[in-house]
Amino acid sequence: MMMTDLYETQRAMRGMRQAAIQRGVVAILDVGTSKIACLILKFDGEEIDRSEGIGTLRGQSSFRVIGAATTRSRGVELGESCALAETERAIRTAVQAAQKMANVRVDHCIACIAGGQPRSYGLAGAAEIEGDQVTEQDIARVLSASDVPDYGTDREILHAQPVNFAVDHRSGLIDPRGQIGNKLACDLHMLTVDRIVLQNLIYCIKRCDLELAGLASSAYVAGVASLVEDEQELGAACIDMGGGATGISIFIKKHMIYADSVRLGGDHITQDIAKGLQVPITAAERMKTFHGGVVATGMDDRDLIEIGGDTGDWEKDRRTVTRSELIGIMRPRVEEILEDVRASLDAAGFEHLPSQQIVLTGGASQIPGLDTLAPRILGQQVRIGRPLRIQGLPQAATGAAFASAVGLALFAAHPQDEWWDFDISGDRYPARSFRRAVKWLKDNW
Amino acid sequence: MRPVRRHDPAPSRLAYRMHRMWLTPAFWWCLRFGLPMAAVTLLAVWTFATEDRRMAIYAWGQDIKRQLEERPEFVVTLLAVDGASDPVAREIRESLPVHLPVSSFDLDLEALRDVVRDVPAVATAEVHVRAGGVLEVAVTERVPVALWRGPAGLSVLSQDGTVIGRLARRAERADLPLLVGAGAERAVPEAFEVLTAAAPFAARIRGLQRVGERRWDIVLDRGQTVQLPAHEPVLAVERLIALDTAQDLLKRDVSVIDFRNRDRATVRLTDEAVTALRAIRMIETGGSVE
Repeated sequence: MMMTDLYETQRAMRGMRQAAIQRGVVAILDVGTSKIACLILKFDGEEIDRSEGIGTLRGQSSFRVIGAATTRSRGVELGESCALAETERAIRTAVQAAQKMANVRVDHCIACIAGGQPRSYGLAGAAEIEGDQVTEQDIARVLSASDVPDYGTDREILHAQPVNFAVDHRSGLIDPRGQIGNKLACDLHMLTVDRIVLQNLIYCIKRCDLELAGLASSAYVAGVASLVEDEQELGAACIDMGGGATGISIFIKKHMIYADSVRLGGDHITQDIAKGLQVPITAAERMKTFHGGVVATGMDDRDLIEIGGDTGDWEKDRRTVTRSELIGIMRPRVEEILEDVRASLDAAGFEHLPSQQIVLTGGASQIPGLDTLAPRILGQQVRIGRPLRIQGLPQAATGAAFASAVGLALFAAHPQDEWWDFDISGDRYPARSFRRAVKWLKDNW
Repeated sequence: MRPVRRHDPAPSRLAYRMHRMWLTPAFWWCLRFGLPMAAVTLLAVWTFATEDRRMAIYAWGQDIKRQLEERPEFVVTLLAVDGASDPVAREIRESLPVHLPVSSFDLDLEALRDVVRDVPAVATAEVHVRAGGVLEVAVTERVPVALWRGPAGLSVLSQDGTVIGRLARRAERADLPLLVGAGAERAVPEAFEVLTAAAPFAARIRGLQRVGERRWDIVLDRGQTVQLPAHEPVLAVERLIALDTAQDLLKRDVSVIDFRNRDRATVRLTDEAVTALRAIRMIETGGSVE
């Protein structure tokens, strides 16, 4: 397996992220199906005083949002870019608007990807500890000893996070360094996405003269932003209901252990309305946001909604529809999405977690009545989540639709350690490298 | 129906890059400082590229400078000479290479001071421009102490031996003692020591003569000469005064009194005295005269 290549590119991105934070400005790019959000973060390194009852802030006090812009997404379907030129233009629009607001030029960006059919793998590795205590080199060796499955040549590793370390029989260690034992084992969560989708996104970003300083899964960063600390610790799932895809991420002990996506989202609901009521997509979107819902009451039968239209056919443009009818169109699709999510959670073994909190976030989670529909399908512990508050974020961008963007900002400030953040293992060095020679000398004297 | 073609809100690639360029601090700096500096440099280079323009600019600058210098505030119209007698003042005025009125910027005061100092009768000189356009020359004159009849004629000497001026006749400055002979001007102090010592018979002194540029002769009326030694002439004068007081030596018929030998003064009689003395001796010895 060609692990070294990935290692190098991911390491390069980490280096780029460090450089961006050194320069103090980095852009956050959330390329979604329905909108493209761009936030510009300024890192001024001033940590706010956390003495009075303020807990750990996961680094989000070190930055401030100085520019934010949203634009209608173009050329993106199911969270994947399908018309690159269109996507590039949309990204350019968002980035330029955000730069204009921030009045600063950004060169580095961190992006997230919603589509690409993410697949989770649980990896396990074990290695004997050299010497008494666990050192960085031991961690590197145990990581490289993980049994990486054959995930296919058309896929790329997006995340590879060590979620658990065990020394001999003591499991659940977060940082095993300095522990005394004989055998070190580690569990690794690896997430792969479709290579073509990833390359398309990278291509679009490169075309906008931006350097990529990090990539993350949209489901993962939505979870980072929407789950509170306890939920992340005890076990919870975050359902990021986006426009074209619904991301699922399961967290426990502050690590993501599973991620998946359902290729259905808010846009499908809009399309159902458009098809069912014979209206344009924009009119359907408008009806969905203003009058939509998933739970019908007797009142809704009398609530007539003007469909409107500008076809020129008076009869067609004057039609009305009751809200019950609209709900009747929307509800099956929402149920379908939630059932797919349920299936995915079942496949992941979510019911075995100690706590089974489910947090709905993303734009489509704002449908009225979802909080009564979702528990019937997903279980009792469901809440609608909003992303964490970060400094300087405009009011318009604090909603659930911006969970991924806010999560990416947190990810930029404080990324979780991934495989490539650890030392490279000695036996992975190229055969004739100088460092290998140094290691040999160290081992033999 | 709406128009088919809708406005694309996305900036073009060029517009996007331009916008990013405008946000680049270095670009801003270049625009705000670099560009004006480059323009000024270019203009300067273009202006000074040809000889004609350089000369024109130089002439223009000179013209402005001249106009400034010729303003009435800076014009010197008067020359005042302080501390000099009229002939000396006249001499200073003639020697100064200044044609009034003149701008004070054109006056080289150092050079003028040197010129004034080079006038023989001037001991020290200061030259400055006073308010009101007056060029003031403050001098201290050299005091004439003696006359000197040298190879170049009759001249006036100061205490340090400098020739202050020339005279046509001795009678013009009868009050000053007369020194004669080559090298006399270099021994003026010694001459005055001698003259001071010879004060008792000052009325009889016609002058001092420098002999061989090393010693003095006192020339008296009635053709008498006192030859003084090169070394300690004042002592010799005092001996002469003692001899004169005791024996009225100077009243006698001697032509030369020689003190050059310090052990013994020698007296030379006049021819008449020698003849008379010889006649007396003959009478005493009974011989005939010639």
